[in-house]
Amino acid sequence: MLAKRIIPCLDIKNGITVKGTNFVNLREAGDPVALGKAYSDQGADELVYLDITASFEGRKTFTDLVKRVASNLSIPFTVGGGINEIADVERLLGAGADKVSINSSAIKNPNLINEIAHNFGAQVCVVAIDAKKQLDGSWLCYLNGGRVKTDKELFAWAKEAADRGAGEILFTSMDHDGVKEGYANDALAHLADTLSIPVIASGGAGNMEHFKDVFSIGRADAALAASVFHFGEIKISELKSYLCANGITVRQ
Amino acid sequence: MKVAIVKYNAGNIYSVNYALKRLGIEADITDNKEALQAADRVIFPGVGEASTTMDYLRGHNLDELICDLKQPVLGICLGMQLMCKSSEEGNTSCLGLFDTDVVKFIPKSHEEKIPHMGWNTITKTNSDLFLGFDKPEFVYFVHSFYVPLNPYTAAQTGYTLPFSAALHKENFYATQFHPEKSGSVGEKILRNFIDLKND
Repeated sequence: MLAKRIIPCLDIKNGITVKGTNFVNLREAGDPVALGKAYSDQGADELVYLDITASFEGRKTFTDLVKRVASNLSIPFTVGGGINEIADVERLLGAGADKVSINSSAIKNPNLINEIAHNFGAQVCVVAIDAKKQLDGSWLCYLNGGRVKTDKELFAWAKEAADRGAGEILFTSMDHDGVKEGYANDALAHLADTLSIPVIASGGAGNMEHFKDVFSIGRADAALAASVFHFGEIKISELKSYLCANGITVRQ
Repeated sequence: MKVAIVKYNAGNIYSVNYALKRLGIEADITDNKEALQAADRVIFPGVGEASTTMDYLRGHNLDELICDLKQPVLGICLGMQLMCKSSEEGNTSCLGLFDTDVVKFIPKSHEEKIPHMGWNTITKTNSDLFLGFDKPEFVYFVHSFYVPLNPYTAAQTGYTLPFSAALHKENFYATQFHPEKSGSVGEKILRNFIDLKND
């Protein structure tokens, strides 16, 4: 049976992991390759590396990092951040990334999704969406890391992205992100009903039960988290034993 | 031991090369006829679309070359599909090494998303590629088309229906999943391929 995936996300600035890491006994805590390898050894199914550097120099550093990740890791990984055109995708896939994640650039230029899918296959194209529930109950998408509100409605945009050739949707609920009180399971379940491509849930993981809920109630295909893993609050091997004991298929 | 990777417009050539390097193997990425024929092992990777890839192979005379190879050959993902008779993807006529056709997944319920993407188990393994496997193991898949069960099926996986996760016939081996992305299990499979005893 196809397993539900657990995906740690690493934010990279100037080639090192940010958001702090207090991995016990890991000497190069800030080294994204060492950290990725540690997660892989613990049983992570995939990794996401997000480049949060904006400069040209930083981008070059990130590409070099992607090469190091690809040569050292034997599990798939997605890269995102600063991808605006096909040339960026080509550079990152050429460096060894398995998938790319596009967010603001997809909203600004939806055709980029078609281009990526056409040139490299749908499985390469992850469309990330940051959205927030409005007072009237609707969900609207945001640009630039949540700083700019758009008039795009979450479910319609996710459907459009899928129709244009996205291979997966990575959905972050801005209200749940960082709060550690669980994922946005209602919106996720609605996405699962709307889409015929896999959904990666992001934002809100605080304990192991939240992962069980996002798979059973939110019906997500994969769950992404950062701080609970970086700070060692949840160990991936223990999380997988817990999910397995609760009847959820995971790779162990 | 000389290992060659067929150089063509496939997406995962470098991932396969990295995986071999982790096993301590320096492979030659080449489309040179003599180099491919002289290698002890040939890996035929593949991520892409069937018809454009077959056109490329034919345009570079790699189609006949691959079919005539006598040493162990390992096709991966699209590589495996191209070793079959034909593919529904772009209605493509393929290499025909395995007498079976490649068809598209038809989901039986909304929960069955296409592509089949992620970690799934392989069972009923019956090839030396899986030497030492004594229980179902998880490996990484990404594909929308599949090879039905047939006399050459060397491992099975279930998604919408049981299908061929691997094929084997004479010196030709193939996996639908990506051993180069399947962690330690994938490494074991690549190692088994390298260590195959030549007939």
